Amino acid sequence: MSIPDSYDEMPTPSTSALAAVPVRKKSWVEKTPVLKELRQSVGLQRGMLVTGLVITVAFILVAVLAPVLAPYSWAQQQTADGQSFGTQQAPNALNILGTTVSGFDVLSRVLWGAQTALLVIIAAIACSIFIGIALGLISGYFGGWLDRILVVIADAIYAFPSLLLAIVMSIVISRGQSTLWGGIMATAIAITVVFVPQYFRVVRSEVVRVRAEPFVDSAKVIGVPTTRILLRHVLRNSTRSLPVIITLNASEALLTLAGLGFLGFGIEATAAAEWGYDLNRAMGDVTSGIWWTSVFPGVAIVLVVLGVTLVGESLNDLADPRLRLRRRAGGKKKSGAADAGSGAASEGAQS
Amino acid sequence: MAVDAGAALAPVQPRSKSKGGGGLWRYILVRLVLIIPTVFILVTTVFFLMRITGDPITAALGGRLPADQLAQRIHEAGYDRPLIVQYGDYLAGILHGDFGTTITDRRPVTAILLQYGSATLELAIYALIVALIISIPLGLIAAYRRDRWQDATLRVMAILAYATPIFFAGLLLKLVFSVWLGWLPVSGRGNTRTELLMSGIDTPTGLYLLDAIRLGNGPAIADVLQHAILPAVALGLLTAGVFLRLIRTNVIGTLGQQYVTSGRSRGVSEYRLLTKHAYRPALIPIITVMGMQIALLLAGAVLTETTFEWKGIGFMLAEYLKSRDFVAVQGIVVMIAVVVAVTNFIVDIVAAFIDPRVRY
Repeated sequence: MSIPDSYDEMPTPSTSALAAVPVRKKSWVEKTPVLKELRQSVGLQRGMLVTGLVITVAFILVAVLAPVLAPYSWAQQQTADGQSFGTQQAPNALNILGTTVSGFDVLSRVLWGAQTALLVIIAAIACSIFIGIALGLISGYFGGWLDRILVVIADAIYAFPSLLLAIVMSIVISRGQSTLWGGIMATAIAITVVFVPQYFRVVRSEVVRVRAEPFVDSAKVIGVPTTRILLRHVLRNSTRSLPVIITLNASEALLTLAGLGFLGFGIEATAAAEWGYDLNRAMGDVTSGIWWTSVFPGVAIVLVVLGVTLVGESLNDLADPRLRLRRRAGGKKKSGAADAGSGAASEGAQS
Repeated sequence: MAVDAGAALAPVQPRSKSKGGGGLWRYILVRLVLIIPTVFILVTTVFFLMRITGDPITAALGGRLPADQLAQRIHEAGYDRPLIVQYGDYLAGILHGDFGTTITDRRPVTAILLQYGSATLELAIYALIVALIISIPLGLIAAYRRDRWQDATLRVMAILAYATPIFFAGLLLKLVFSVWLGWLPVSGRGNTRTELLMSGIDTPTGLYLLDAIRLGNGPAIADVLQHAILPAVALGLLTAGVFLRLIRTNVIGTLGQQYVTSGRSRGVSEYRLLTKHAYRPALIPIITVMGMQIALLLAGAVLTETTFEWKGIGFMLAEYLKSRDFVAVQGIVVMIAVVVAVTNFIVDIVAAFIDPRVRY
């Protein structure tokens, strides 16, 4: 492999072929996953990506600034000077979006709910990435019986309806009862268990591919310690599809959180605001025509999932040369099996 | 899913292929054997997870019964034995088709499945029909008009369908069509008269529509259909979003094939090219992934049934969750796992029958 040397020894970086080299060097700043894709995208895909990013950033801002933005606390039933809100009040001057069946302010609960959602998403993804990558790395690199067992277990869990698994996990962790942090952690861990197999599968298959590369063998031959090979040579080259999965999982995590909350397994109303739980409480309201208790938390969920999914979808399309928008390469031959695989993979990543 | 585990068999592939028909049976056998570890792992995982933190009787009745009575009931149910003995018992029970007895109303879980399973099946079938009716034509349009405004609109709609939690879609549908417009019933599978009629049938299939048609009772058929529309649409929309994306991706793949171009050069109509040449070959991956969506459909059914008080397995699961009857929860969860595993198996076999390339 003498190519890098020959690049350096080339005397004149004036030809167009070599002009690419300095560009690549300085683009480290722009190599952060999302920004790179933003530059790469055109037309419709750029529109989707930008829309998604705007919604996502807005969501994060609301979550962080909830204490400032929300007029009241999530479990407040009266104003500071003791004026009671009343229950199921239609939107009015005191409660801009009305009050719930328990007399909470809908607007405040929607805003605070963003914070709960963000915390759960971050905790769940952080845990599942860490565990999933570690297992995938070890399993893929060393192979053997451990690999076989982990693959079978991951497949079994993966085939299982994630919501049911999350229910089982939240029973295990908190017996269904929860405080703010207990509830957030319980939900996050429940979601983690659901997601670990996905990261595991993706990382493992990448590791199996990278493991066979000559540079790994060379590293072994010159006596690089195994941990260093794993972290430097293998892991660095196995994470390219992670940003897509992370964004798709973030939306899935939020949906699972809301689903758990809707079944009464989320975080209790007095501990924190949670959109799914609010929708559960709003079920009775709907029948009597009270719309504001369900519509606002519901729209909040839809918006956040929509934003994050748009980002994930666009990243997915941009990562896949066959879906990326650009000059159309007509008549390019593709094998049906490969398409089936990619279809299954992208669907799989979502469900 | 089977691909990873089946990879060990890959070297044998040329030989089994040359045997022709034998390859298919071999594949079915291997795939059948592979269900066993999947189900076993799930059962084991769920069992130990549920028992790590305590016995189900304390969870269900703790605080409501005096300590000695509680201990008595724990002893009766055998929850004071070593965990491994209980596990052996539980496995043996499952092999005999016994998924446990609920704590709150002391019914065998299998009886709950028999009584409420048909309702879930009926809902799933309706939802599947809705999903297919919506997603196939729209998916074809999106693929054909790729990257035009039609495609963009449809894709955003598909994402929106995915982004809307099923219970929120259900609540919105209820609000608009039942409460504001008053066109459709709010919840349940039928009005009181239909329910009475259904409980009086000798050999019910449990599928209300089928039963009503068998009775030839016009008003009952209409009533059952009216009750089914909103839940079916709520669950079907979510699934349709996933199907649409799937059909679009796969048909875009086949539309780029050379035989489509050659068909076009021979003057085959664009409609025929799309619906026959491009769509047919794309069906195999579509069917496979649709089979995998059964898990999604079942999870969605839990939420849909809760939203519409549709008395199926999912509704019962939510009820038992509320009353903290974890034996019932465990039984239902394990049963759903078995159903999912078996469905995936059937889907794989169907795919293998359609497409010889699958049979490694």
